[in-house]
Amino acid sequence: MDKQKNQKQPAFQKQKIKKGTIKRLLGYFKPYSIALLAVVVLIIIASVASILGTYLLKPIVDNAASGAPVWSKFIRDLILLAVAYLLSVAATYAYAAIMVPISNGILNNVRKELFSHLQELPLNYYDTHTHGDLMSLFTNDTDAMREMIANGVPQIITSLLRVAGVFIAMLILSPALTAITLLMLFIMLRVVSVLAQRSSKYFKNRQADLAKVNGYMEEMIEGQKVIKVFCHENEVAKEFTKLNEDLRQSAANASISSGVLMPIMGNLSYTLFAVTAMVGVLLAAMGNSTLFGLSIGITIGTLTSFLQYTRNFSQPIVQLSQQFQSIMSALAGAGRIFDLLDEKPEEDSGTVTLIQAKEVDGCLIESDTCTGKWAWKRGDEYIPLRGDVRLNNVTFSYDGKVNVLKNVSFYAKPGQKIALVGSTGAGKTTITNLINRFYDIQEGTITFDGIDIKEIKKSDLRRSLGIVLQDTHLFTGTVRENIRYGNPLATDEEVEEAAKLSNAHFFITHLPQGYDTVLTADGANLSQGQRQLLAIARVAVANPPVLILDEATSSIDTRTEALIERGMDKLMHGRTVFVIAHRLSTVRNADAILVLENGEIIERGSHEELLAQKGRYYKLYTGAFELE
Amino acid sequence: MERDSIFDYDRSKKTTGVIKKLMPCLKGYGRYTVFSIFTIIIEAVFEMLIPLIMKVLIDTGIEEAKAGNYAPVFKYGGIMIALALLSLFFGAISARLAAISSTGFVTGLRSKVFNKIQSFSFSNMDKFSTASLITRLTNDASMIQNAFHISIRIGIRAPVLLIVATILTITINAKLSLIFAFALPVLGVTFALLASIAFPRLKKMLEEYDSMNAGVQENLIGIRVIKAFVSQKREKESFNKKSDRVKDAGIAAESLLILMQPISMLVIYAVMLAVGYFGGTMIMNGAMSAGDFTSFLSYIAQILMSVIMISLTFMQLVLSRASMARVIEVIDEEPYITDDNNDPDLTVKDGSIEFNNVSFAYGEGLNVLCDINLRIEPGETVGIIGGTGSAKTTLVQLIPRLYDVKSGSVKVGGVDVRDYKLKNLRDAVSMVLQKNVLFSGTIEENLRWGKHDATMNEIIEAAKIAQAHDFIMSFPNGYQTDLGQGGVNVSGGQKQRLTIARALLKSPKVLILDDSTSAVDTNTDANIRKALKEKTKDLTTIIIAQRVNSIMEADKIVVLNEGRIADIGKHDELLRRCEIYREVYSSQTREVG
Repeated sequence: MDKQKNQKQPAFQKQKIKKGTIKRLLGYFKPYSIALLAVVVLIIIASVASILGTYLLKPIVDNAASGAPVWSKFIRDLILLAVAYLLSVAATYAYAAIMVPISNGILNNVRKELFSHLQELPLNYYDTHTHGDLMSLFTNDTDAMREMIANGVPQIITSLLRVAGVFIAMLILSPALTAITLLMLFIMLRVVSVLAQRSSKYFKNRQADLAKVNGYMEEMIEGQKVIKVFCHENEVAKEFTKLNEDLRQSAANASISSGVLMPIMGNLSYTLFAVTAMVGVLLAAMGNSTLFGLSIGITIGTLTSFLQYTRNFSQPIVQLSQQFQSIMSALAGAGRIFDLLDEKPEEDSGTVTLIQAKEVDGCLIESDTCTGKWAWKRGDEYIPLRGDVRLNNVTFSYDGKVNVLKNVSFYAKPGQKIALVGSTGAGKTTITNLINRFYDIQEGTITFDGIDIKEIKKSDLRRSLGIVLQDTHLFTGTVRENIRYGNPLATDEEVEEAAKLSNAHFFITHLPQGYDTVLTADGANLSQGQRQLLAIARVAVANPPVLILDEATSSIDTRTEALIERGMDKLMHGRTVFVIAHRLSTVRNADAILVLENGEIIERGSHEELLAQKGRYYKLYTGAFELE
Repeated sequence: MERDSIFDYDRSKKTTGVIKKLMPCLKGYGRYTVFSIFTIIIEAVFEMLIPLIMKVLIDTGIEEAKAGNYAPVFKYGGIMIALALLSLFFGAISARLAAISSTGFVTGLRSKVFNKIQSFSFSNMDKFSTASLITRLTNDASMIQNAFHISIRIGIRAPVLLIVATILTITINAKLSLIFAFALPVLGVTFALLASIAFPRLKKMLEEYDSMNAGVQENLIGIRVIKAFVSQKREKESFNKKSDRVKDAGIAAESLLILMQPISMLVIYAVMLAVGYFGGTMIMNGAMSAGDFTSFLSYIAQILMSVIMISLTFMQLVLSRASMARVIEVIDEEPYITDDNNDPDLTVKDGSIEFNNVSFAYGEGLNVLCDINLRIEPGETVGIIGGTGSAKTTLVQLIPRLYDVKSGSVKVGGVDVRDYKLKNLRDAVSMVLQKNVLFSGTIEENLRWGKHDATMNEIIEAAKIAQAHDFIMSFPNGYQTDLGQGGVNVSGGQKQRLTIARALLKSPKVLILDDSTSAVDTNTDANIRKALKEKTKDLTTIIIAQRVNSIMEADKIVVLNEGRIADIGKHDELLRRCEIYREVYSSQTREVG
């Protein structure tokens, strides 16, 4: 990993909704527009039918309580009610059934797009974003989106329709009572908005404390073994208790502020109910009175229905206010997802491709089968891959401020072994990162067999370079799968051949299940040196024309390294090899050794030449100068 | 990864067992929980009383109002509002208490799990991956908190509402309430049926989800390898497969779950219709008043809502079972190494070390160390050298009892390491790990890990021996330099020297350096060894190194080969008689004239 650029994003991002997020989100619904239209229609049917149901209760009660009930009307009303109910149930099920594949499908598309885009992003994106932040796009943010698509949207439509429908029905029943309801509602909403404001402050505090606790836990669990060695368990536990208690307090505040919302809303709506009942009873008692020429008198049946509506009215509004929070967080999540999708992918305008070639009558032609002979294809021209790598006046900076490499020039002739030595931060790893275009240079050129690497298709460029990285990451899977990672088409024999070459075969056969032993990502079951041997085997099986070994043998003891060297010599034969090593015994037999310091090459030559120069390399070699 | 065991519900199938295990986490907040339950019950009762008053309001209030007496309407209306306000008061208090107790609960839970991890030995740590422990402490803990919160809020409230409402409907009209005798069992059986089919599907969905996330995580960690091998396409294919599986499992589970709402609506509506029919006829016959009918209808809605809430709560609980199982797995994990019965006054006398016929294996695996016999005198410097995988690290980890031997014994200061209190042993045996960690904080804070109350002079002294003082002073902030998380602000070699200084501050009797100077240049390396020799006379030093230079002058060099001691001796002796040693030596010195 690169040390210099590990700037973490702030752990808590403000939930700001960017313009256009909603529109873009709607874009994902487009393929389903017809089905969604059906969903909206069904939701309308369901809501209207259920409102109708409430409305139909009134004539039933009125008829029955009228003193002279009409039986046929009673039955007819009941049947109408049943039809309305059935319609509502059927429509409710239908829209939910249509929504399930849609919401899952949309999310699946979002996830795939997200992951696929993530794969194409340049490495500096990874350098500036923590894994936690990126993971949370796949977990928290898509979850919030799922919640909104699957439940939020239908619920909002239902709630709005209900509010509107009930409002109209209430208005028809009694304008006077409706006015009272509206007044009460206004008060309720004011209360909610005041509370919500207060609670968002508490939630921010909680988020910050949570980030602290999680960060502490993460660091301490990662350093658990050191804690054990220093018997520091009690101190760590004490500190944790403190942070944990801080979190408890802020979390309790946040939870209280959102928790009291429900009883407050619920009971205010009861008060609304009571006031409506009181006024309603008064109106009913007044009989057919008028106010400003409007009839404000109501019957008991009207009051019964109206009271039902009062509850039906405030309920969806309470729901809407609760939905609001989750919608805001879903939109914030969607915004973060879109931010990632808007990141520019790795630039790749190269057209030169890598092909397997064979020679016919002195001319190179493309071959379908593996010939072990490679060539570059530029237009109709075939250029044999020889492994000639040149850096011309290369200047590079990770952050645009500090130049990590300054005007570096060197060449590696085909088949040469070039070693890079120098302190940590001198720019050794950076050079390899530039050759395979993990990062693009700002000034100068890098050529591969005379072709500017920017003209080479990135994937083909990387395929031509076998890299053993400084930190040897193995994947969850068997030993065999891990070695085969270098070349998915490799046969079992080729895998074992590569393992023998890197001297890993011996220890693999001593593992409980040999080549089928499952490795975990953390790789607790292998030593650091063994992991490096596997990483070398992984590159060996890929059989690339050019090799880059970045501290590939740093944890392997020198005796084993000497053993690998025989295999490596075979592997390196005829290939251009770049070796970065700390241990000078590793680089001794290189054709050319480049000594880097502060991004510049200060010495170059063979081992003997450099020793004779009695410069920096000599000092390093004799131990008079510190390497780090 | 033990991802298979994560969803091993069966291990904690008994819900009572789960509750019993998690109950202690509520310590200190028990009374909040009890009071919150108490107030929820009060609130629920109030909520039920209000429609009752409303009935009186409509029935008697209207009649009186018709007769010109408006007072009863306002009397009952006033009572209703008072009740609503009281209910609001208790509701707010119960919400507050519930919030306090549920956050208190999760705080206790986190603390219990975290402290449990503190008691883990190395073998326990090897069993769980770091990432999985963190997930358990974060995501799983908050899942459980949600389940707890919902249980005490809705899980208590809904049944109370159900019971009170049922009693009230019976008092209003017992005959009419018989309808519930049909409706509730129908609803219950349907839900139970639905749940029993849906839960396995939900479980499957969560598993797929988990596996997808694990895939993403690994992809992020290995992105450089992925890009270097141009395997993005393979990665995408594998992710798409996993994502599709999540989608399919999600559809399978949700298509069942969406049945819940229409089914409960169907039942509610059927009851409404039945009440409409029977109630209507009763009104016509004069067997029921219109007010009674209205109250009855509102209680029906209440009862059925409660049933739905209960079933949803139940589902939430079952869903959080996976999280509970994962957390309990940590709580239940027994530390492999304990020192409970050891004498706290037994301290390490001197730095002598003795291995007697020691064999060791990780877990149930093959023996990694066999028949190790070794005696080290106090104050000796011992070098250990051997090939990759020859168990050098394993050997020294037995000395501070980071792992326990499989057979044989390890003695420090003449006493078996298993007889010491761990603190006493590890204070005397200081080990610098190969994969070492610095913590966020200043250099001084990090060094103080070795000795909490060290004076500045002691700290500087230790830093000087580790050849760290000079570079520390070259930083603008000296010992106050902030290291950043994981010590990202210092180079590899500097980091190693800091960890050595940290270990030295303990003033140990035994110091173990496990490849701890690999990034340090040979000169500084030699200076560290020289300083150690001069400043710490009685310190037994064990050095694992790749470089022969680092151990050449040791009093004793142990050559390890495939878990056995191949030879022990001084440099010259070994050069003469030990072929492995000769090979190692020559691999590092050839060509040097």
